[in-house]
Amino acid sequence: MMRIWKFGDDIDTDAIIPGRYLTEYDPKKLAEHVFEGTRDDFRAGVQEGDVLVAGRNFGCGSSREHAPLALLGAGVKVVVAESFARIFYRNAVNTGLLPLICPEAGALVEGHEAVVDIADGYIESDGVRHATEAVPPFMQEIVDAGGLVEYAKNMKEVELCTGSHR
Amino acid sequence: MGATLVEKIFSSRCGKEIEAGDVVMAAVDRAMIHDITGPLAVQKFREMNGNVVFDPARIVMLFDHQVPADSIQAAENQKFMREFALRQGIHNYDLREGVCHQVVLEKGHAAPGEIVVGSDSHTCTYGAAGAFATGIGSTDMGFVLRFGALYFRVPDSIRVEVNGAFAPRVGAKDLILDIAGSIGADGATYQALEFTGETFASMPMPGRMTCANMAIEMGAKAGIVPPDAITWKYLKGRRPDLKPFALESDEDATYAEWREFDATGLVPKVAVPHNVDNVVDVEEVAGTHIDQVFIGSCTNGRYEDFVEAAEVLGNRTFSDDVRVILIPASRDEYLKTLRAGLIERFVEAGALVEAPCCGPCMGGAFGLLAPGEVSLSTSNRNFRGRQGSTEAEVYLCSAATAAASAIYGEITDPREVE
Repeated sequence: MMRIWKFGDDIDTDAIIPGRYLTEYDPKKLAEHVFEGTRDDFRAGVQEGDVLVAGRNFGCGSSREHAPLALLGAGVKVVVAESFARIFYRNAVNTGLLPLICPEAGALVEGHEAVVDIADGYIESDGVRHATEAVPPFMQEIVDAGGLVEYAKNMKEVELCTGSHR
Repeated sequence: MGATLVEKIFSSRCGKEIEAGDVVMAAVDRAMIHDITGPLAVQKFREMNGNVVFDPARIVMLFDHQVPADSIQAAENQKFMREFALRQGIHNYDLREGVCHQVVLEKGHAAPGEIVVGSDSHTCTYGAAGAFATGIGSTDMGFVLRFGALYFRVPDSIRVEVNGAFAPRVGAKDLILDIAGSIGADGATYQALEFTGETFASMPMPGRMTCANMAIEMGAKAGIVPPDAITWKYLKGRRPDLKPFALESDEDATYAEWREFDATGLVPKVAVPHNVDNVVDVEEVAGTHIDQVFIGSCTNGRYEDFVEAAEVLGNRTFSDDVRVILIPASRDEYLKTLRAGLIERFVEAGALVEAPCCGPCMGGAFGLLAPGEVSLSTSNRNFRGRQGSTEAEVYLCSAATAAASAIYGEITDPREVE
């Protein structure tokens, strides 16, 4: 059982991890400053496996991969949001943080317990199931591998201009 | 069926018809890495069993975010990158040239039809030169360093058509703030903005850079200005290997949306805390006390911005109540501004002029704000905590508005300064 940490719209990556800590790359050390100054109770109370739930445009702004790393370092493995900013979404998949789009994320309640079922595509809380969208097919392979490093490390070369699937 | 500029770039790269929504593994022409996101990209490259980079000549390395090194950790990261460049044969501009996006353009590393990636969200700036350019994270960059290619979901495009001429002391920054306020912070997510119309057709390169730079502030993957005579003139000398060619969207191209804006009658705009799409006319916030003014960054740190600021400043001095920090975006821009005598004028007026770097824009190195302080900045983001304390406020504006406000110590309409 995981607990919900609720956030609003347009949570930017500067809020997730401020610019002055970007010389650091270790997820655990980054987690010491996650949401510093914008949501300090999160850092103090987050437990391994808790789920972050947000509104629209989560992870907007800077391309810093320190943002998903800081969340992973804090023990968060899944972020559920109404929508994600493009670079964050991709960085999350690449680093092994699962971003799930959930149009009904607004209905989820801070502090309540939740269960995420990735295979069947929903987050359940307060007895209600809210559908989540799977990542696009080409990114699912990266998710299944556990991130882009695992996906790519045994590749010898890439096939250019292949896989023109929708 | 007609194709957009972005679809044409990918179709040309792959030698077959590519449409918005397609996912393709496409070769990149250039990859840019800097001191903040570079070390992690190199680490990921190695974890992917990377040994030798795909092509050192296609990689641009430079340091701009924390230069000269402001901590031992920053110094270690830069040393690590220097050694990597040396071993791999990558040309490293190090800390000598300035802010990455300005340097990539002025050194000719982005040109019409090229695909350029950078591990920095404002990589979309190179759309000013007619390139498809987009920001990526460090792990994606590790993949690019290894293979010279990346998966792209080809974006559909929003056509942004702007007509009319700017009034005096109104310009590209006011326009792009107006557009951001209208489209919204996530209004172009996973899409490209194609900037067209007579205003863009007559806009010099610096203004195009300002607009393409801020495409990301609407969530866009890229912002692109169709290349024309102005683009090719800029590239002359910078890219002797290229001859001008035509690259434009088909008349029957399919756009996700078609937005029209009018530059005529546009007034100076300000983005108020804490979102970039929180845009108002300057008169709505005129009189707001400010503690710091920053003129610089990849958005507005060019010679033309300093000319604009100097024209407003005239023979006045800046308010003693304001810390005025000016940072040219590159060595070239610095030299142009210096040789025109403007640096002397700014210093006389009371400004601090720093060497080319990102400066206060990203709140990493110096020029940070204390709780309760207010900054007026020509940069691109006013997120809570972006320039220091999360209890500080950042307003965004043009160089003209920044200069006018620095004179009076409060947000001031530049049109009201004689």
